[in-house]
Amino acid sequence: MTESLDIARQTLLAPAGLDDAALEQAFDRLLAPSVDAADLYFQCTRSESWALEDGMIKQGTHSIDQGVGVRAISGEKTGFAYSDDIVLPALLEASGAARAIARSGQSRGLQVWQRGHGLDLYPPLDPVESMPDQDKVDLLRRVDAEARRIDPRVEQVFVNLSGSHDVVLVADGDGRLNADVRPLVRLNVRVQVEHNGRRESGNAGAGGRYAYTRFLEDDLALGLAREAVRQALVNLEADEAPAGTMPVVLGAGWPGILLHEAIGHGLEGDFNRKGTSAFAGRLGDRVASEYCTVVDDGTLTDRRGSLNVDDEGEPSQCTTLIENGILKGYMQDRMNARLMGVSPTGNGRRQSYAHLPMPRMTNTYMLAGPHDPEDIVRSVDRGLYAVNFGGGQVDITSGKFVFSASEAYLIENGKVTRPVKGATLIGNGPDVLTRVSMVGSDMELDSGIGTCGKDGQLVPVGVGQPTLKVDALTVGGTRG
Amino acid sequence: MNEIVESVNGAQLADEQRLIAIGQQVLEEARGQGASAAEASISVGTGLSVSVRRGEVDTLEHERDRSLAVVVYMGQRSGAASTADFSPRSLQATVAAACSIARYTSEDPARGLADPALLATDFPDLDLHHPWPLSADQAIERALAAEASARDADSRISDCDSATVTTGEGIRVYLNSNGFVGSRRGTRHGVSCIAIARDDAGMQRDYWFSVARSADELESPADVGRRAGERAASRLGSRRLQTGRVPVLYTPMMARGVIGQFLGAISGGNLYRKSSFLLDRLGEQVFPAHVQMQEHPHRPRGLASAAFDDEGVATRDCTVVEDGRLQTYLLDSYAGRRLGRQSTGHAGGVHNLEVRSGDKDFTQLLRTMDSGLVVTELMGQGGNLVTGDYSRGAAGFWVENGEIAYPVEEITVAGNLRDMFAGLQAVGADRDERGSIITGSLLFEQMTVAGK
Ligand SMILES: [Zn+2]
Repeated sequence: MTESLDIARQTLLAPAGLDDAALEQAFDRLLAPSVDAADLYFQCTRSESWALEDGMIKQGTHSIDQGVGVRAISGEKTGFAYSDDIVLPALLEASGAARAIARSGQSRGLQVWQRGHGLDLYPPLDPVESMPDQDKVDLLRRVDAEARRIDPRVEQVFVNLSGSHDVVLVADGDGRLNADVRPLVRLNVRVQVEHNGRRESGNAGAGGRYAYTRFLEDDLALGLAREAVRQALVNLEADEAPAGTMPVVLGAGWPGILLHEAIGHGLEGDFNRKGTSAFAGRLGDRVASEYCTVVDDGTLTDRRGSLNVDDEGEPSQCTTLIENGILKGYMQDRMNARLMGVSPTGNGRRQSYAHLPMPRMTNTYMLAGPHDPEDIVRSVDRGLYAVNFGGGQVDITSGKFVFSASEAYLIENGKVTRPVKGATLIGNGPDVLTRVSMVGSDMELDSGIGTCGKDGQLVPVGVGQPTLKVDALTVGGTRG
Repeated sequence: MNEIVESVNGAQLADEQRLIAIGQQVLEEARGQGASAAEASISVGTGLSVSVRRGEVDTLEHERDRSLAVVVYMGQRSGAASTADFSPRSLQATVAAACSIARYTSEDPARGLADPALLATDFPDLDLHHPWPLSADQAIERALAAEASARDADSRISDCDSATVTTGEGIRVYLNSNGFVGSRRGTRHGVSCIAIARDDAGMQRDYWFSVARSADELESPADVGRRAGERAASRLGSRRLQTGRVPVLYTPMMARGVIGQFLGAISGGNLYRKSSFLLDRLGEQVFPAHVQMQEHPHRPRGLASAAFDDEGVATRDCTVVEDGRLQTYLLDSYAGRRLGRQSTGHAGGVHNLEVRSGDKDFTQLLRTMDSGLVVTELMGQGGNLVTGDYSRGAAGFWVENGEIAYPVEEITVAGNLRDMFAGLQAVGADRDERGSIITGSLLFEQMTVAGK
């Protein structure tokens, strides 16, 4: 972490000649008597992406974005301003604007700077520099060739490789100084197949907080090509999906998007402080079957949703949300924790310096249960087995949530039979997990592809779960 | 709070000439670094956003954004880069990054700037720039009025998630090495409110918003709040429906999304990739004969008005659907070349696309439907444009005898977009003008609703 702080100072403060005294000057402006908390968030993000299509390296982009966000909090009020110039005059101006939320008066002084202690979950490397450009485009070409090699029905292959290097430094009104250097990479393959005029597609992706070279290990990149083709070919055979309420078996891993939508957002501190979540005031209540224990864990090595410190400088932690079916805790940023009289949980996140932090998920997953995954499928007379998903969405107030299957099969008489077309599943967050009657022993995390949107802000997240059975969930197919 | 008024309305917004000079510098730099052609787009914006909750300020945000994007061409190869730092050193590095990328991309015969013959030469004043000299205190006052009105709308409104007033101003400049220089400057202001209604059975939320180029065209904060409150309260007591096939009426806000899917299916990127369920349908019947769609890019004060598209190509009035037949694809230069056609001026999307048909208002459409589902909210991703398969979560109202009977939730609506379009029974006169797609309600003959 010391290394992160040095990198952050070097990247963010040194070029503008900003030192500790300059930060103190900004806090002099920010810390009015009625300001309870304030922070400066310096950030520089460098990112790139490469795209292959029609067998050609079609596009490459490179971008650099940097700036400082300044926030002052007084009670439940937040003042916020930002600048994409990291220079002292802009910093002072933004500080003056953010402070306007508070009553005027003599500023209070700042305590002596203290370095924070974050975790060490990933190396502070720059993915963009982690591989020569020629090797990146060669990797795309190999993935393309692999997808086309497998089946002549493959008509289009789209491969996307992207990476970013995000350096952040958070200075707060309590004199804490924290930094994080966050690498993030992603490889995605989309395949379109055609047979007798019918077209279908398949998707596969992977990523995390590591260097591009990881994609070369364990056949990871080429494996994604094969997986995307497999899914597309399955969809080529798919019949209409059923419509109505039925037992649904969800596969392990990425189908954990169920947890993210059904309960995750509803357990974020801001909605619960405001009382607008269907889970507000329900700590200690049974909200799931006894087989369900769900955590939000930002401390997993290399994972897409992990953080050494959150965007408010709090070290990540593993927060138990539901334990054996009982609601145990909410996810908090510092402001909501303070207002609710609890401790922050390291879930304060923001898309960038130009956005305000909010309580957000990191990696949200259900722990393994006692059941054999094969027994779970065998227990269903007629239902749906859904193993791959697109996105989801939730209305945290009514509790209704959806997630969209992209690969699913019918279960008939305890056996997985025919593939069916993608369909949206809809349920009610506060009670869907009470209908989880079996939880498999095969807990799996997703491959590192999740992005969560809230109030227009996007952050990378992870999900995971074992195979599980929901006794009744509504499937939005067309065959009634 | 008076100290912040000056940053609200663009006193610090860089002027267009300075941005054009920066753009020219970038094109010059690209030429110097060996590019055979280049294009640059620069945008800057400032804004103020105030949200209140429970009679107090919740957040007060000052926004100031800027970005510069450059695309360089080395013959038929290209590379792109962007930055938020406009210093000469950064601009030079950004061009260098784009040039470096171009060395690794493939020769692509379709790559390149827009055909010079298609570039806009006429820049009519579209009346898009109406700064709102609004102080933070005035914004707070308006937001509070919206919130109070939401609470007064119905005794079951327990709270507002937020009531928000925003004002913003931006300039966008586009230049390319064929000599095109264009700029557009505009304002955008808004009032919105999210209300929470509560009864013994639970809580519901809903929202309403108003957005306009000029503040005098906004709905009053009181009207915005009231509608948010009424909408949230009307959802209390929602039930589920039995699974079955029924007629479905999408309100204009939901209709916009379905029309957006149609536009996606006829946009060049999906066509040349063969990723559309509307391949090779030009000139054919896609909707019933009563359906018309026209685009009016030069509409004064239009939210999506523009004299040129994202590549500098002149925009003009265009008929997309006439008597239900597809009249044009939506193409940018690249997709045009891939399909052996010219750009239609749609780089970046449509500009004020209007869907028209009959003159029935919403109440008359309910009577036409007689019994069926009104969809006021959709959840999750839309349809699959490759296949046309469509399945989404929904909430709304059940209609009996042409009248709203009760609210419904936790259901899905599904079908195939091709069939939904072909079976589009009516387009309402209740047009919603708050976006680049302007449409009334859409009445679909039959969709599958999944519920109990
Ligand atoms: Zn999310």
